[in-house]
Amino acid sequence: MTTTETHVIGQPRKRKEDARLITGQARWTDNITLPGMLHFALVRSPMAHAKISSVDVSAALQRPGVLAAFSGADLAADLGSLPCAWPVTPDMVHPDHHPLATDEVRYVGDAVAVVVARDRYAVADAIEAVEVDYEPLPAVVNMEEALKDEVLVHSQAGTNKCFVWPFDGGDYDAVKATADIVFKRRYVQQRLIPTAMEPRAVVVEPLAAAEEFTVYSTTQIPHILRVMLALTVGIPEQKLRVIAPDVGGGFGSKLNVYAEEVIALVLAKRLGRPVKWTESRSEGYQATIHGRDQIQDIEIAATKDGKLLGLSVDLKADMGAYLQLVTPGVPVLGAFMYNAIYKMDAYRFRCTGVFTTKTPTDAYRGAGRPEATYAIERAMSDLAHEIGKDPMQLRRENWITHEEFPFTTIAGLTYDSGDYEAATARSMELFGYDDLRREQAERRDRNDPVQLGIGISTFTEMCGLAPSRVLGSLSYGAGGWEAASIRMLPTGKVEVVTGTAPHGQGHVTSWSQIAADALGVPFEDVEVMHSDTRVAPMGMDTYGSRSLVVGGVAVHLAAQKVIEKAKKVAAHLLEAAESDIEFAAGTFSVKGSPDAKKTIQEISLATFAAHNFPDGVEPSLNSDAVLDPENFSFPHGTHLCAALVDTETGHTKIRSYVAVDDVGNVINPMIVEGQVHGGLAQGIAQALYEEAVYDDDGNLVTGTLVDYLVPAASDLPEFTTDRTVTPATSNPLGVKGVGEAGTIASTPAVVNAVVDALRPFGIDDIRMPCTPERVWRAIQDRSSGGDRSAEGTVAYGGTQTATTAGRDTEAGGGAQ
Amino acid sequence: MIPASFEYRRPSTVDEAVQALVGGDAKVLAGGQSLLPLLRLRLAFPDLLVDVGRVESMRGVRDDGEHLVIGAVTTHHGVVTDPLIAQHCPLLAQATSTVADPAVRHRGTFGGALSHADPAGDLPAVALALDAEFEIAGPTGRRTVAASEFFVDYLQTAVGAGEVLVSVRVPKLGAGWASHYEKFHRVAQAWAIVGVAAIVRRDGDSIAEARIGLTNMGSTPLRASATESALAGAALHDGGVTAATDRASEGTDPPSDLGGAADYRRHLVKVLTRRAVLAAAGS
Ligand SMILES: Cc1cc2nc3c(=O)[nH]c(=O)nc-3n(C[C@H](O)[C@H](O)[C@H](O)COP(=O)(O)OP(=O)(O)OC[C@H]3O[C@@H](n4cnc5c(N)ncnc54)[C@H](O)[C@@H]3O)c2cc1C
Repeated sequence: MTTTETHVIGQPRKRKEDARLITGQARWTDNITLPGMLHFALVRSPMAHAKISSVDVSAALQRPGVLAAFSGADLAADLGSLPCAWPVTPDMVHPDHHPLATDEVRYVGDAVAVVVARDRYAVADAIEAVEVDYEPLPAVVNMEEALKDEVLVHSQAGTNKCFVWPFDGGDYDAVKATADIVFKRRYVQQRLIPTAMEPRAVVVEPLAAAEEFTVYSTTQIPHILRVMLALTVGIPEQKLRVIAPDVGGGFGSKLNVYAEEVIALVLAKRLGRPVKWTESRSEGYQATIHGRDQIQDIEIAATKDGKLLGLSVDLKADMGAYLQLVTPGVPVLGAFMYNAIYKMDAYRFRCTGVFTTKTPTDAYRGAGRPEATYAIERAMSDLAHEIGKDPMQLRRENWITHEEFPFTTIAGLTYDSGDYEAATARSMELFGYDDLRREQAERRDRNDPVQLGIGISTFTEMCGLAPSRVLGSLSYGAGGWEAASIRMLPTGKVEVVTGTAPHGQGHVTSWSQIAADALGVPFEDVEVMHSDTRVAPMGMDTYGSRSLVVGGVAVHLAAQKVIEKAKKVAAHLLEAAESDIEFAAGTFSVKGSPDAKKTIQEISLATFAAHNFPDGVEPSLNSDAVLDPENFSFPHGTHLCAALVDTETGHTKIRSYVAVDDVGNVINPMIVEGQVHGGLAQGIAQALYEEAVYDDDGNLVTGTLVDYLVPAASDLPEFTTDRTVTPATSNPLGVKGVGEAGTIASTPAVVNAVVDALRPFGIDDIRMPCTPERVWRAIQDRSSGGDRSAEGTVAYGGTQTATTAGRDTEAGGGAQ
Repeated sequence: MIPASFEYRRPSTVDEAVQALVGGDAKVLAGGQSLLPLLRLRLAFPDLLVDVGRVESMRGVRDDGEHLVIGAVTTHHGVVTDPLIAQHCPLLAQATSTVADPAVRHRGTFGGALSHADPAGDLPAVALALDAEFEIAGPTGRRTVAASEFFVDYLQTAVGAGEVLVSVRVPKLGAGWASHYEKFHRVAQAWAIVGVAAIVRRDGDSIAEARIGLTNMGSTPLRASATESALAGAALHDGGVTAATDRASEGTDPPSDLGGAADYRRHLVKVLTRRAVLAAAGS
């Protein structure tokens, strides 16, 4: 890091983005209104699996305000098939994925027809007039059922098995043969719905006789979307401009190429007018990707006192009905994280991707790593219980010690830095571990109806999705580099152009801090531009906690290039040798004669005028950097949760939660804190609240926010957060990612706490989310709580469900 | 989401409201917190909405001697903050404060919640336990219906087509009476999985008299009659209350849904009734 006296880095600067966002001046995609704009809506399948016998749009065309209506067959040639950029194995089954289904529907919400009208009211009425005849086929919603291949999601594929992806480190069978203990567990990752605050929307504006198009989309990936749309729709890439205006959260759900984006482009091309589509929340719950949905069979080979020898993971991952952009890659990415912070001699991983008649899955905050971390952190606590050891002690005896870094793991990754001892010591101190253990013993002794449990998660993760070579070796379709440009304006102000695509993370603020420090200019003098392929032509966008470690560091590197160029100019103006020029805090001075100096603003103006310029030097300080890092970054931390479980009702309340994270050097502690809080909320949500429940017919029973329980601030505990700082050695800023850490760490901490509270009842697992009913049932029959009742929804008087069947409600019939 | 199109009228008196409702497929609109989601999901599509939100005579709380009269369009927030309710019927304020979130409580109305009659709603069971009386206006004039007759079936009340619920009379709880609403739900703004409204009169170390209303234990709110009888004279300690509250599931027919299956609700109602009674009795 350059030393300057400015040091905005490390300060809790208020976010530059927020004044606009909280005063209603944001520009969401749905706010965009263009002259002559049309609105479209999709007719979606109410059935999980059916043959389409006919689609008749003629009545819809008669409705007022309707300009066009098409079936999937009508548009098939234009729409093509949606891309999957991560063919994890050469023989992966990769079925066609038509944006509008043509012959068969494969999940509730699969689109079958589109209607275009003058306004969104007209189109909402008109889609009801489209008549679709379906010939029902059986649904298959459960992966183990699907693997029997009795009901085929894609009959032409002949199997529901999408791929089997193997990975081995060492010889697991040999190690297992020498083990005293072979410990097995099955953990289930329920299906989750990302629920970004802003629903998805897309607007496409055709220009120049529909030869050129501007696509506005609620996307995390404007750059990747542009490439993919060009390839899918066949519009030359240079004729496409993609803009992600203000985007209100994504969590992976906007890291995709969606049917509606392709349909919008094709309609704008056909009709020569701007078109818009915005999803409703319940529509989005069916037609925006879901996350997780995996079954994890874990086997640990260990010595009798708990030294890990080997780990085997047999993973089943639900793809849903089709492959979206990185669907198969999500569980595969997890492969490198099951061994986590622990040393062992052998590791075996097998992942089977499975098709079911449900909404496709894809990346959801953490993507592969939360699942892996959950399994290993649950297993470590369960193993400790099995051999009668304190769960923290077992971890300590197996983790990589701080002297051992850099450390190459059994999964082949090299962890550059870390100090698990330090983060653990700090969190134990903040938590009051020993006192809580004492209270737990007392509650157990007196058979208190409210039991106390303590949960541990000593997590790490790989983030900063980057090294292009590594992504290539995993058959991912794109690279992992990131681009940044710095433009020095004549007045000494600075424009930073980044290839990242922030949608809530505060890049504008953090990148300003990085540029301000590197260039020695005021924080306020820096403007950051992003998310428009015309403004920021190069980029790999935002996901996988990659933006700071790749994109933020690229800003720093571009600034170094600016300084190098400016040094030449300064040397010329100060009539000194370039090697004698020193740069600090925005000022270039001559070694030994401190009065001879020029500020970076003066150099900028001199460069603009270029009247007095060194020979052979271009009159520009502007610089670009494209960074392709050598390694991932590996944040880690120790999270501790104390949960009170009411054994009479099954209700869990988190009493205290301590998160000590090590994310390396910190650019803006307030933003980091915000990321940790939000991450914890989402991880706790998986542990206790959220679950996408399907019934046997493939209906999404948790189809609205009434039934899909997203916790609010009032449902979450006060978080105690702190940090240890072990800088990353793989980048010049020493930073690691923080976007997913809280989510990855917290789920196992919470469930470990619930299970720990219930150990006296002989319980060693509760299915997620640990609902009161599941906990109660587990206590009744020493189970893990079982499936939830998918018979009825809570929403709006339980309409359309068995609970109300036959009852006379005002619900006059379905809209779908 | 966009509702199917409808006509909209906003009368300012009860009579105008009743006239507006004549003929056609009309619905009363109050706070809209239950009706609008149904319209937007296109699960209901009336031709006409008659918005009673500006009928001033239907708003506010009035002292009527032995009773309080609560106007149907008094918002949940209005109920929670009303001084008369705080003094004479704190149960209502306590239960209403558990309804949804502040935004919903500022729009949703007392009368709307009762007319909607969702058995998972908190207020029907409270009104039933309170032996409230409902004043209904219709084309043929006004009538009063007792709580025991008001909740007819799932989302169905004694308010007929063309009628408006004008106000609700609840008895003031006299000296010696105490109450508690015990709501069990997973997150703060969620509906009750089960709820119990308990009103008790204590006599030394035992319960003299009790009235118990149950939320979400059947297609209408229910009274826990077996428990009520068993509580009369039950000792607060030594298992007297528990023996009585263990009968709370008698005569119930709870739903099975995402909140929990019926057997879980039958268990829960016993635990919650015990807690509600003990909390009301102050022990
Ligand atoms: C997110 C959310 C969470 C909620 N959580 C809870 C909860 O935890 N507990 C709870 O009890 N409730 C809850 N509710 C419902 C809330 O209490 C509603 O306010 C209430 O159910 C309806 O009142 P309203 O005034 O909004 O009625 P509206 O929605 O306007 O009307 C509801 C129904 O009653 C009829 N109606 C309304 N007023 C009258 C009248 N005066 N005469 C005749 N008919 C009438 C309407 O025609 C309609 O059929 C929740 C609502 C939301 C949106």
